[in-house]
Amino acid sequence: MLALHFPALQVVLPLLMAPVCVLLRGARLAWLAALAISWVTFAIAGLLLAEVLIGGPLSYELGGWAPPWGIEFRLDAVNAFVVLIVAAIGAMVMLYAPKSVAREIGQDRAYLFYAAYLLCLAGLLGVTITGDAFNLFVFLEISSLSSYILISLGRDRRALYAAYQYLILGTIGATLYLIGVGLLYQATGTLNMADLAQRLGTLEDVRGVRVAFAFLTVGLSLKLALFPLHLWLPNAYTYAPSVVTAFLAATATKVAIYVLLRIFYTVFGADFSFGLIPLGSILMVLAVLAMFTASTVAIFQSDAKRMLAYSSVAQIGYMILGISLASVLGVAAGMLHLFNHALMKSALFLALGCVFWRIGSVQIEDMAGLGRRMPWTMAAIVAGGLSLIGVPATVGFVSKWYLIQAALERDLWWLAGLILLSSLLAVIYVWRLVEVAYFRAAPETAPTGEAPLVMLLPTWLLVLANVWFGIDTRLSAGTALEAAARLLGGTS
Amino acid sequence: MAYLGLYNYWIVIFLMMSGFYIVIARGNLVKKIVGLNIFQASVFIFYITVGKVSGGTAPIIVEGVTVYSNPLPHVLILTAIVVGVATTALGLSLVVRINEAYGTVEEEDLGAMGGDD
Repeated sequence: MLALHFPALQVVLPLLMAPVCVLLRGARLAWLAALAISWVTFAIAGLLLAEVLIGGPLSYELGGWAPPWGIEFRLDAVNAFVVLIVAAIGAMVMLYAPKSVAREIGQDRAYLFYAAYLLCLAGLLGVTITGDAFNLFVFLEISSLSSYILISLGRDRRALYAAYQYLILGTIGATLYLIGVGLLYQATGTLNMADLAQRLGTLEDVRGVRVAFAFLTVGLSLKLALFPLHLWLPNAYTYAPSVVTAFLAATATKVAIYVLLRIFYTVFGADFSFGLIPLGSILMVLAVLAMFTASTVAIFQSDAKRMLAYSSVAQIGYMILGISLASVLGVAAGMLHLFNHALMKSALFLALGCVFWRIGSVQIEDMAGLGRRMPWTMAAIVAGGLSLIGVPATVGFVSKWYLIQAALERDLWWLAGLILLSSLLAVIYVWRLVEVAYFRAAPETAPTGEAPLVMLLPTWLLVLANVWFGIDTRLSAGTALEAAARLLGGTS
Repeated sequence: MAYLGLYNYWIVIFLMMSGFYIVIARGNLVKKIVGLNIFQASVFIFYITVGKVSGGTAPIIVEGVTVYSNPLPHVLILTAIVVGVATTALGLSLVVRINEAYGTVEEEDLGAMGGDD
């Protein structure tokens, strides 16, 4: 009986727990509440994915109103997969949080952090799970507003300005999305995604629909930080508290990419998005530019967090590249990288959080000799970095393997070459960290010692996940392929 | 003349562009929020226009009335207005905090003080 309501509970539980966290006040109590809810949503996400993979799509009518009039939560292989990613990262990050939050945000404000985090989690899960275009906007804003708060909690005053800039750009992105939904409603009279897909299929090529498509694409590209609309991302990731950076880097942009996939493939259909409109080539050019420009900028950063933030922009390029190929293999590669990148970036940012906890800085200069001073943390960074480069037996390799296969399948040899070439740029910036940490002597007075076990454990769990899913790809690649086949196979 | 009849949409486009321009061109953080509000208001008017059926009345069953406006976009936009209010509140409170931390709300000064490096 309860299992029937899992899709709704997934979103409602964190949403309800957020005000409870505010009422609880105590940092420890609020953390326990947030931790419990995170793991419950993780468990539900696992059950839902299993159910969807075996039994096919699930539909949940909110309040018993049948779609297309009522709001529908709809789960298929595509979004059940993304829900699992978001919930898993949330669970890991919460395990890691208390010590890092105490140091970077302060015990007195910790309960507010947990409340905002739960709202953000609810929003992200809601965006992923909903089957209604307008409901998606509301959840998108819930997650965005709470993420502005989370970013502004950083100790550095620049966090405030970074949050403000993100607020402006994020709101413009969301408003453009809203205009797109309005235009679609005008053309079709419905907001349910499956219903939209059906009605758009019968429509002639109307200008309004094309304009709607443009608004939705640009609005979401702002949200997912597609080059050159990524300007909010580096500052936001750099100055946010480590926990927040790890959580947002692994989930927020990923969810926006999922929405883009939904709009392209489910709502408009591949024939419209990639046949009628030369979207494939536009996205491909932007993706390649992102891969090279952002990676090059990353090489010249002096702040490790900022370096990884630029690297995120480049990695988003890989995901969009997969999507732009508009083939089952390409979309699968994009989705696979979405999953894999969440694993590597969360591991890396959590490890950097450990570094900050001990030495109070993430400037690359200050990390001299860290290989001896914090061996486990640095080992985690190296493992994450190898995964970022795409060394075999890590998840990064699996993503690039599929991506190159997808490029070769379309006879795009030069593209496969570019993917390999841009990986070399990752080698350079990861090497910079390794060089400073292992080959440079530490200053005499440098603080030494490992981060607490509660912080190392989740970091290493994610690092091990990087290796595990780099070898056993049944869950990640299997689900991504199934999801891609579903997206390209028509409406569902 | 057909274009003039769609004057609501002209207002929407005008507001949208002026709001957007203010967000980009103004360096004062509060003015940027004002621009953002105008930008959002244009979308509210757009939705309300979409729902209007010419000659239609409010969707309450009354004897002798057969044409009703579509209430759904109006309800949707109520939600969007609430979201807009929340965004404005959060944005302004961030501006207050920025003013406390930096002593200015001008983008130029903030850039000079390393807020934007």
